[in-house]
Amino acid sequence: MTPSENIIQIKNLSKNYQDGFRALNSVNLDIRKGEIFALLGPNGAGKTTLINMICGIVNIQEGEVKISDLHNIKDYRKTRALIGLVPQELTSETFETVLSTVNFSRGLFGKKDNPPFVEKILRSLSLWDKKDNTILTLSGGMKRRVLIAKALAHEPKIIFLDEPTAGVDVELRQDMWEVVRQLKDDGVTIILTTHYIEEAEQIADRIGIINQGELILVKEKDDLMLELGKKHLQINLTEPLKQLPLELMDFQIELSPNGKQLIYTYEKIDNTGVSLLLELLSSLQIKYSDIDTKESSLEEIFVDLVNRERL
Amino acid sequence: MNYPAIKAIYIFEMSRMRRTLFQSIVSPVISTTLYFVVFGAAIGSRITEIDGVSYGSFIVPGLIMLSILTESVSNASFGIYFPKFSGSIYEVLSAPISYVEITLGYVGAAASKSIIVGAIILLTANLFVPIQIAHPFWMLLFLVLTALSFSLLGFILGIWADNWEKLAIAPTLIITPLAFLGGSFYSISMLPPFWQKITLLNPVVYLISGFRWSFYENADVSVYISISMIGVFLMICLILIWLIFKTGYRLRV
Repeated sequence: MTPSENIIQIKNLSKNYQDGFRALNSVNLDIRKGEIFALLGPNGAGKTTLINMICGIVNIQEGEVKISDLHNIKDYRKTRALIGLVPQELTSETFETVLSTVNFSRGLFGKKDNPPFVEKILRSLSLWDKKDNTILTLSGGMKRRVLIAKALAHEPKIIFLDEPTAGVDVELRQDMWEVVRQLKDDGVTIILTTHYIEEAEQIADRIGIINQGELILVKEKDDLMLELGKKHLQINLTEPLKQLPLELMDFQIELSPNGKQLIYTYEKIDNTGVSLLLELLSSLQIKYSDIDTKESSLEEIFVDLVNRERL
Repeated sequence: MNYPAIKAIYIFEMSRMRRTLFQSIVSPVISTTLYFVVFGAAIGSRITEIDGVSYGSFIVPGLIMLSILTESVSNASFGIYFPKFSGSIYEVLSAPISYVEITLGYVGAAASKSIIVGAIILLTANLFVPIQIAHPFWMLLFLVLTALSFSLLGFILGIWADNWEKLAIAPTLIITPLAFLGGSFYSISMLPPFWQKITLLNPVVYLISGFRWSFYENADVSVYISISMIGVFLMICLILIWLIFKTGYRLRV
């Protein structure tokens, strides 16, 4: 991958807060132009610190960030103009109207007034009807939408969505992801953090997992699911077993407490064991009534990885 | 220069004045009227003239200065403190806008508001007492420089304050006493010699003296010293703001 294809390049980025807490530890990361990158991590892992350092809100102590091959501090005018940020907290001027706060954001990023464009954004986020409402009168979900509208108001090429669906109901959340997909189709690069890992699983092209300030993994989502994902084969037995037969001990297999189910766990990329197991069950005259398979979700992969780091 | 950004901040801040029209405009007019009733009519009737000017007219420049100082500090400090308090400051900090432009937007709006209030007080005062402006250019210069420099001070206080109490401390405990003791309602020549010397340590004395000179050509200190003092104060505020933005003090961690 050539540098120009990476819209964000992060090198050895570290951050120590005044109380001595090391929020980031030598993070290296490249974000590709036009991708949706999901940054996952437990609370306090360093996700927001990383985003804020890229956006210029938190001072950089060690390392550097380049946006579109430009230094994010030295060339801050050019780099910040490319970025839109939707913060985690619902922060906006309480007494302002939706329209004025979105216009303010556009102006702040050096763009002249463009009422048709602002109207398009507000309509796409179902905010047009509320344009004259003060922020104070909006629900949490609508406030979140206002923050997205503000971030989009200056036509950014990169959008950071820090927990964009926190506190948003299912319907609004789906609408929001539709907007995100539309942005991707328009060529916008999207970096998101979310606690709803199934959303990252559905929408992201690549996944990064951060824990205790360290980026422990960056992978294509599909590769990650394939490499780290496990499948579980559940075999419902006709007659319960008292104990696991010795012949089955070589398999990664468990007998349920009631003895009615065998649960075989295997890697996604190596499923040759299934046929061997089934043949073995037949030879042992262990009869079964049903077979069911289940894949690991990204959430299980994430929990597994984070737990491994902690050990 | 990111002019749309300066304009955006300026308009956004000025819109607060529209929203709080009573507090911004009506309130200073009422308090000025009360000052005239108390100091002009009640007390002023017992004081004949000061330096050849009737007492009611004499206090007009001081009253305007009093409002300019308090309005500048409170407008500018609130303007930057509220986004810090609500968290919406993230947007300003992540925008392609320089420190100079941020300051111009916030301080420009705060100074404009206090100049508008000053003008309204001048018009209100004109209803009560005869007013002459001997040097309109100097009057305007003092007005603008004072509004700017105290808006800069307010901006610094708004960044420094990390709670509402701190935000209220400076105008209440520092600015108002300095303004009252700075010759708003009297000439410092009326004080005993010892207190005259002590009063000269109060920077507001120079502002009010210079401003009053532009009206009635009467001054407690030389007009050039007054203008120099405002210049020095302005420079100190600018240096402090430069240091704040350079270090990210209370803005960037």
